[in-house]
Amino acid sequence: MSSLLYDAQGPRAKRRNVLFTAVFVAALAALVWWVYTSLDDKGQLEWSLWKPFFTGTEAWSTYIWPGLQNTLKAAALAMVIALPLGAVLGIARLSDHVWIRVPASVVVEFFRAIPVLVLMIFGVALYAKYTNISSDDRPLYAVVTGLVLYNAAVLAEIVRAGILALPKGQAEAAVAIGLRKNQVMRLVLLPQSVTAMLPAIVSQLVVIVKDTALGGAVLTFPELLSSANTMIGYYGNTIASFTVVAVIFIAVNFSLTSFASWLEGRLRRGKKSTGAVLGADAVAELAAPGDHEDLQKAN
Amino acid sequence: MFDFLEGYDVLGAFWTTVQLTLLAAVGSLVWGTLLAAMRVGPVPLMRGFGTVYVNIVRNIPLTVIILFTSLGLNNTLGISLGSSVIDTINFRLAVLGLVAYTSAFVCEALRSGINTVPVGQAEAARAIGLSFSQVLRLVVLPQAFRSSVGPLTNVLIALTKNTTVAAAIGVAEAATLMKTMVENEAQLIPISAVFALGFVILTLPTGLILGWVGKKVAVKR
Repeated sequence: MSSLLYDAQGPRAKRRNVLFTAVFVAALAALVWWVYTSLDDKGQLEWSLWKPFFTGTEAWSTYIWPGLQNTLKAAALAMVIALPLGAVLGIARLSDHVWIRVPASVVVEFFRAIPVLVLMIFGVALYAKYTNISSDDRPLYAVVTGLVLYNAAVLAEIVRAGILALPKGQAEAAVAIGLRKNQVMRLVLLPQSVTAMLPAIVSQLVVIVKDTALGGAVLTFPELLSSANTMIGYYGNTIASFTVVAVIFIAVNFSLTSFASWLEGRLRRGKKSTGAVLGADAVAELAAPGDHEDLQKAN
Repeated sequence: MFDFLEGYDVLGAFWTTVQLTLLAAVGSLVWGTLLAAMRVGPVPLMRGFGTVYVNIVRNIPLTVIILFTSLGLNNTLGISLGSSVIDTINFRLAVLGLVAYTSAFVCEALRSGINTVPVGQAEAARAIGLSFSQVLRLVVLPQAFRSSVGPLTNVLIALTKNTTVAAAIGVAEAATLMKTMVENEAQLIPISAVFALGFVILTLPTGLILGWVGKKVAVKR
């Protein structure tokens, strides 16, 4: 196989590859063996500890499913609330008026620079202090608030990058046929950029799902990770519970990631679109404070 | 006005945040570079391992990983990373978890840098008779590293923010202290403002300066 970094391989390189493979297999086997023996030493491989997940539905219906429901509920709520906020902020950052553009930029940069957990801790204290939301509901409100504040800022950047990714001719043609600024945005740019930024929005959903776990670990929000904690207390199966929870998270997020890249490929190949697509990878870049003109140019 | 700060070591907490960030940054740069080397290398098994590692780790919440280092590695398997003081153990476990997680993103940042180099560059280098190591050393890697600065900056900023997750296992960093303070003190808004400002000071200049450097050094195409 030939690539950017190396040529098609001759006999010597092939022999060296076999050697590398052998050494790597040995190292990997040693690692697996070490993990196996240390788990076995502590009795973590006992069937009784794994049994709850494979026989009967108690573990699933009492702990995992309610936890997963809360995880998905918080993620969905956060996305649904953050999307319109993000769209407004993103469009505001593109405004011709300085007094709209600058405050929107400040808000976006501020919330992108702060960890979600700090926003969640702020949220839970805020609701405890100034509202009479019951203490059972407070964690959910705080988690969603933290996620919304942070993700609205990131989504604002996605919206802005999505609009800027469109070919210039779209806005120019719209102005040329006499549309007003608001019509250009509403009738021409936004509808096209929505498809352009769909992959990026789906990948941001992965970030949201992952961040809900913070609520479980720090704010007593009963989501999937904290249900693992409860199971560990009940069954005493730390390794088994963590494995199952991790697998569920991987399954949910991997399907979202795959969906995003499928969508991206489809949109890039599509005949009807302008070909401007904000890739699923763009979110990593847009989540960091600072200007990312290169991203818009790249498209 | 700032008397609520008395009795709390805010600077100390942020210093822990900085320490977590720096140690995890160095660790994940090393492990992430190794992963990237595996993923772009010619050995199929290593490529497979790199791909599987990155895809698994990227899709697990960091909180799950950090909590696992404490409950799984420490409590259950008895791994204490060469210390008997609980605070030190938790700090080291948090660094370990952050390295395991962040290196997947470092790997992807480096790979994206390599991907920006057009194949024609390597082909031209081979055509003028450069050897394998010369192609990498003189042509491909210099361009790849320069294009990686921008993505790596974003990883570093995300890492700075992610150190707060160490609060889940009780490491005395900024978010842990903030939680204690908002629970015990009345001044919610000023306390939050102090901590928000602390993180803005840590992340915004990094983003602006390294972002500018990244743009300067990146190869214009």
